[in-house]
Amino acid sequence: MFLHALGAVGLGLALATSVAVAQEEGATPHYPLKKPEPQEWSFAGPFGTYDKGQLQRGFKIYREVCAACHSLDMVAFRNLEDLGYSEEQVRAIAAEYEVQDGPNEAGDMFTRPGTPSDYFPSPFANVEQAAASNNGAAPPDLSLIAKARGVERGFPTFLFDIFTQYAEGGPDYLHALLTGYDETPPEGLEIPDGTYYNPYFISGPALAMPPPISDGQVTYEDGAPETVEQYSRDISAFLMWAAEPHLEARKQTGFTVLIFLVLFGGLVYLTKRKIWAELH
Amino acid sequence: MSGGHSTYTPKTGFGRWMDARLPLPRLIYDSFVAYPVPRNLNYAYTFGGILTLMLVAQILTGVVLAMHYAANTELAFGSVEKIMRDVNSGWLLRYLHANGASFFFVAVYVHMFRGLYYGSYKAPRELLWILGCIIYLLMMATAFMGYVLPWGQMSFWGATVITGFFSAIPLVGDWIQQLLLGGFAVDNPTLNRFFSLHYLLPFMIAGVVVLHVWALHVTGQTNPTGIEVKQKTDTVAFTPYATVKDGFAMVVFLFVFAYFVFYMPNYLGHPDNYIEADPLKTPAHIVPEWYFLPFYAMLRAITFNVGPIDSKLGGVLVMFGSIILLFLTPWLDTSKVRSAVYRPWYRLFFWLFVADAILLGWLGSRPAEGVYVALAQLGTLYYYAFFLVIMPVLGLIETPRRLPNSITEAVLEKNKAGSLETQPASQR
Repeated sequence: MFLHALGAVGLGLALATSVAVAQEEGATPHYPLKKPEPQEWSFAGPFGTYDKGQLQRGFKIYREVCAACHSLDMVAFRNLEDLGYSEEQVRAIAAEYEVQDGPNEAGDMFTRPGTPSDYFPSPFANVEQAAASNNGAAPPDLSLIAKARGVERGFPTFLFDIFTQYAEGGPDYLHALLTGYDETPPEGLEIPDGTYYNPYFISGPALAMPPPISDGQVTYEDGAPETVEQYSRDISAFLMWAAEPHLEARKQTGFTVLIFLVLFGGLVYLTKRKIWAELH
Repeated sequence: MSGGHSTYTPKTGFGRWMDARLPLPRLIYDSFVAYPVPRNLNYAYTFGGILTLMLVAQILTGVVLAMHYAANTELAFGSVEKIMRDVNSGWLLRYLHANGASFFFVAVYVHMFRGLYYGSYKAPRELLWILGCIIYLLMMATAFMGYVLPWGQMSFWGATVITGFFSAIPLVGDWIQQLLLGGFAVDNPTLNRFFSLHYLLPFMIAGVVVLHVWALHVTGQTNPTGIEVKQKTDTVAFTPYATVKDGFAMVVFLFVFAYFVFYMPNYLGHPDNYIEADPLKTPAHIVPEWYFLPFYAMLRAITFNVGPIDSKLGGVLVMFGSIILLFLTPWLDTSKVRSAVYRPWYRLFFWLFVADAILLGWLGSRPAEGVYVALAQLGTLYYYAFFLVIMPVLGLIETPRRLPNSITEAVLEKNKAGSLETQPASQR
């Protein structure tokens, strides 16, 4: 995040070609047009944990909406136990998917119901097909999307981020993007055909993905509001989990490590004081 | 290692037996127990030990990561994610290793600035300093190649840009570039050789570290006064005095390191490196890792041609030149006084140099446009002027402050001043 925060280097390969090109590129406007609004997340901060209810809602959105176009290659059904599902539930979810297997003894590929050790099947056979079905822009895999996007924070905010432990640039971005379709483009801004204006999009004024979700589209069983706002928060949290499944273990281990280092450091310091005191 | 004044006496029969055959315990005792260090070393002098710790940590985590990593363009990105998700404590190993590289550089920069501040490079420690510069170069090569291994977008495009530097060299440039890449573009052969070299170079670093420590133990450490050790009271034994002090500094350093590893493990990285490398898609902004940014800024500061040298070659020369200057530092500084403590003007220019390096680092992360270019040019100018003008000239014209006669005298003076200040408190 730091480098990104530091780094709007309008250079590309220009280095290897020429600096004149770089200056031309630098003259183009910088994206996104608007920075994402930081949100409250249950997994933020030193003691952050995932809200399992929220992850389950987010997963429902992925299954019913995102999965039509976006793959989730690196997540296996067995990982869903992290979301609070039992082994049986995971088995049942996996069985709802058809996965390709094979070759069998006759040398043929075949499909069978998924098992917990399978990974989420991709909606398209390959990238080319994905691009062909989506106006030339292949929808990105979502396994790491929450860590693969982050808007530059700017000076001096990126320095304060060290002390506030701001590490939620990814989910903040996703939330802003998903709720950012409503705005009307400023006058004079050209929106290419087949793209949709969104001032929060990181690499241009508009993106190929149409507004993916609308109020009431996904039914929640736990009474959470069925609004785009809530959907955006839940799917962003789910994708953060997909990108960083060991976040809770990391933060908990970290706390133990830091406490140990403080206590051990204190003892070493007292030892040092005692040893050096004899010298003066 | 410290040559000729060993005080080691083996206490056991086995110790005497060993000593007569392979005096390794004697070597260790003389180098890390009895070895005399100046008594006035401050915490800036603890970074050598911290660097050793980081090197060992990087090698240990790296060896385990290599057991799970696949150096193949089809598999590399997925294998790293496999480490993050499925390998037991894999996320910890990888975050330790990735952030470890950054903290290795944090430590080496403090270590180098300390050397520049206290004049540690001056005779008779020129070789010690140059060995350090070689370690730094090897570190840069290792870090750069390591960053390519996850095969993310920044890995790929960073490798493309950096190997592109070499093509600027006249006559042999293209040949060198193709040798580095194993082809005409960054691809599987590149990844394979980078992995091989990334595994090799740390052991070369360890080898040069041995020479570095050997050279250190021949000349002995400098100290904040810059005065050589003259009498026995000037020094203390390495163990326990330096060991415990270094140990405390290590724990503090590890605390900051752990804070990043566990709470902001991706802060020092780039989000684009979580996107798998795509040779057909150039990222909007290619940025090197933070520790290369000052050099990147100097590279891009050269936007003009000078005679037969075009801006591209000029930039590459200025960038490599900035590191060559470090090698020449022992002969560029003409001052007879070692430490900046007694050189008021040098001290001012030194801190300006530190500020300049940070400014260049920031500029390296900015787009090369408008005022940033002009600032980077000024910053580059000061970087060069510091070594080529200020260091040689200042040594001839500056009037240093009065030096104490010995380290002991300096320490006693300081203690006296200190106890005078605290007297009212102790009388209460």
